[in-house]
Amino acid sequence: MTLSRNIKIAAVVVFLAIVFIAVPAVISASGRFDLYYTLTSVALLSIASAGVWLTFYIGRINIGQGAYALMGGYVSAILVMNHGWSFWLTLPVAGLFCAAASVLIGLPILRLRGVYFAMVTLVLTEVARLLALALPITNGAKGIVSIPLPGALSVFGITLIPDFATLQNSRLAFYLLAVTLMVACFAVMYRLVNSRIGKLCQSLQQNEELASSIGVNIAYLRVIAYAVSSFFGGVSGAIFAAISQSIYPSSFTVTDSVNFMLNCFLGGLGYVFGPMLGTLVLYFGWDLLFQTGQFQLLIYSGLMIVLMLVLPNGLLSLAEMTRKKG
Amino acid sequence: MAEMLEVSGLTKRFGGLVAVNNVSFSVREKEILSVIGPNGAGKSTLFKLISSFLKPTTGEVRLKGERISGLAPHIAARRGVVRTFQETTIFKNMSVRDNVIIAHHLRSKASLFGFFLGTGAAKVDEAAFGQSADEILALLGLSSLANETARNLPHGHLRALGIAIGLATSPSILLLDEPFAGMNHDETMRMVEMVRRLRERGLTILLVEHDMPAVMKISDRLVVLNFGQKIAEGTPSEIQADEKVIEAYLGSEDEAIGL
Repeated sequence: MTLSRNIKIAAVVVFLAIVFIAVPAVISASGRFDLYYTLTSVALLSIASAGVWLTFYIGRINIGQGAYALMGGYVSAILVMNHGWSFWLTLPVAGLFCAAASVLIGLPILRLRGVYFAMVTLVLTEVARLLALALPITNGAKGIVSIPLPGALSVFGITLIPDFATLQNSRLAFYLLAVTLMVACFAVMYRLVNSRIGKLCQSLQQNEELASSIGVNIAYLRVIAYAVSSFFGGVSGAIFAAISQSIYPSSFTVTDSVNFMLNCFLGGLGYVFGPMLGTLVLYFGWDLLFQTGQFQLLIYSGLMIVLMLVLPNGLLSLAEMTRKKG
Repeated sequence: MAEMLEVSGLTKRFGGLVAVNNVSFSVREKEILSVIGPNGAGKSTLFKLISSFLKPTTGEVRLKGERISGLAPHIAARRGVVRTFQETTIFKNMSVRDNVIIAHHLRSKASLFGFFLGTGAAKVDEAAFGQSADEILALLGLSSLANETARNLPHGHLRALGIAIGLATSPSILLLDEPFAGMNHDETMRMVEMVRRLRERGLTILLVEHDMPAVMKISDRLVVLNFGQKIAEGTPSEIQADEKVIEAYLGSEDEAIGL
């Protein structure tokens, strides 16, 4: 927070240049086109994780983001497949559907705190999976497959986004879509956290009774934060469905919910960009450890435990520590 | 003097236990009224009923004639009944100044969305709250600690911060929950001075307290509870002479009622 305005702007410009120019340039030079898929996943997972981070920010441990990602994926897939909607329209609708669902779910469960809320959200992911198996509209375990790639998006006859199916490199298109949304998502989060709303969220996290005694409508604020969180989950799920052109009940499971949470822990719960860094490190870390074969999970878990012991405030606390020393 | 707060026939049952039994009294404008009583007399329950943290079984609380009992605590706070907490309840990971600024929230005119967009109203609010927070900190002698993280404050200052948070909401009546608890003599005297200064600024104060000497010094009137019932009401000297009160405190030191 002590960074001056100019340094902040410079950091944003550098970041944008990296994700929009440098990364595509390096990938096309090296021919590692598979990296697009990996980085697209990181961008989308970090959006879902940002949602989880926001629920942490109001003092709730959220292990249920997988449920909303799954829900968003299905909403988008069903609207595209059964109703012939454009993918671009289903994207916000999927987010809003998840936000609306989370209001109904959140009203009762957000009264719970600590481990009780965490347990209920954990169950939520499983409930979403079972619902997807059971409901007729979701097509059970067979899932929804052969979803067409996103079509063209035109406003007043001007094509803003070309039809993905006609593109030679739809991987690059998905990458650009994912990072654009990631940038937008974190811009919103940054603004939220640095405005009065962030302080209100902190007041909830630190003492709900006191917050209520100074006139903060804690129930309302909790639900709003949870709805924003679920919106992000739904949007990221919808794009995942579009990329893989399919969605199954097992597309997002409890493991994913736990990973969203771990991304936040690893990056740092006190830093708005924590979930982005956490997702990147965790995703690539897991991939790098693939070479260790059967020891992958063992080393991964061991490293996570060590990191949490050494850096309980996440990776970004390192930057703060060095700044204070310097 | 006009009546600020009116408590009538207030009763709270927890299962078979009647914690507060048909208690009525009123607090006048710009008065310091203390509720005292032995342990388990129902003081804390009464306090929570008045601040709307509990809903009464029967009876009601009125602020300037308007019923406030049964409302959600944040609505009661918006109407002007604001409490402090017995424990050192603060936003411990925020700076002292931020604690007080955030407590201005219910005065804000901008909506949540307005804050997000940083509209003109939100900016006006921010500036006004910052200034008001600095004034309150100065009033309570916390100016030099404004940028300290709240959890690092010493005990006495924490209590003052709790009051600063309450003040920031610009209440009609401030309810202080055991403001002198756990304080040594000097700290108590400083707190007594602070509470008096608040009243001089036109605030009405209701406090629940154990510390008899401090209460006798500070209060205009007292209400005495025992086993959930009001057994006496009056000025400090009337209370000290009241036989029922002496009986209720029998077995404790004379000192306990300030004699």
